[in-house]
Amino acid sequence: MELTERHVEGLKELLYKMADDLLILGHRNSEWTGLGPVLEEDIAFSSMAQDKLGQSLALFELLHELGENVPDIVAFTRNDNQFHNCHLVEMPIGEYDFSLARHFFFDHADAIRFAMLENSSFEGLSMISRKFRGEIKYHTMHADVWMKQLSQGTEESKARMQSAINATFPLALGIFEEGGYEAELKEAGIFEGETALKNQWLEKVTTELQKHGYTLPGINDVTPALGGRKGFHTEHLQPLLNEMSEVFQIDPGADW
Amino acid sequence: MDNRTADIYQILDTVMDPEIPTISLVDLGLVTDVEWENDNPHVKLTPTFSGCPALRIMEQMVHEKLIESGFESPRVSTSFEVAWNTNMISEKGLVALKKHGLAPPPKHAGYIELDVLSDIACPLCDSRNTTMQTPFGPTLCRSMHYCKNCHNAFEAFKPVT
Repeated sequence: MELTERHVEGLKELLYKMADDLLILGHRNSEWTGLGPVLEEDIAFSSMAQDKLGQSLALFELLHELGENVPDIVAFTRNDNQFHNCHLVEMPIGEYDFSLARHFFFDHADAIRFAMLENSSFEGLSMISRKFRGEIKYHTMHADVWMKQLSQGTEESKARMQSAINATFPLALGIFEEGGYEAELKEAGIFEGETALKNQWLEKVTTELQKHGYTLPGINDVTPALGGRKGFHTEHLQPLLNEMSEVFQIDPGADW
Repeated sequence: MDNRTADIYQILDTVMDPEIPTISLVDLGLVTDVEWENDNPHVKLTPTFSGCPALRIMEQMVHEKLIESGFESPRVSTSFEVAWNTNMISEKGLVALKKHGLAPPPKHAGYIELDVLSDIACPLCDSRNTTMQTPFGPTLCRSMHYCKNCHNAFEAFKPVT
């Protein structure tokens, strides 16, 4: 079908929030570089950071093709109220239990989102979604392995993971905050929508957690952390952006 | 494939992966198409991983090789049109990986599970009595393993769908 202006606006909104999630979580993951609890985990989080930055770049390039500025300018020159990532990804890395819970919740949502987008009518998006599948598979596999390991470790490891799950779940629900163009995106076959994604995700994470004896808080007992998609952020995002763009700001026109 | 296109593949078979010098970009399966703009080739590459830092270097290497081979204004571009996966590595390429000490990726049927990754033959002694230590390695395309037969740590080029 012929895309109207509203379809294109909806498409851009979708691309921005996905790109911003990946850019910000990529940076958070990279904060484990050199600090991971064991060498293998240090490398795992660093590798996943690299994947996420690469994926965000591909999405920013799609936005550029739709008339937005070049990726570096978009990534490094916006303030926090111009970012559309969810609160989950901007939170500091915290203890390893939080980083693992975030990794588990986010990457399962990401895997399902891109699987849905493999059938998107917007060809650029379906193309990169097919590409990302193989990469994200390693991320969800890693998260699942640790959920399992820590459930079988000690009383303490299991209790800490359960409490990280409880604390992270409301943040994770912020991933699915609806945008202003859900109907248009669905109508044009671009994306089935956040609610459809959330339902699939809930089923997936519930099954996976139950396997290892964890429980998920009731969805009606928690308040989802909303606002990120509309540019309202926690106090943690702007300092991250300042640090991330520090080198760029020294000489924005530098030729690398 | 016409003759002049076949020539391009032959030329590019001498451009080696910047991190694994025994395998060419052609054998890795990264060259997905050659189009012609009058007398100049337009070579299309596909990235192994979207976050692969060697991407721009590979484009540059291909471009330089084509100039060296006498083309005046060749074009090289990268796109996701063809999504790379490890089944695209040629037989010659699998041998080349092993020569560099990397266990070649097993062929896959479109999905990867953990047990596929634990069943990797040691590139040093060919034993399958090995264990995967982590699916993430020194570069995005490698995983790390240990051989319980010859007691060596080794890296594998990991299967990607």
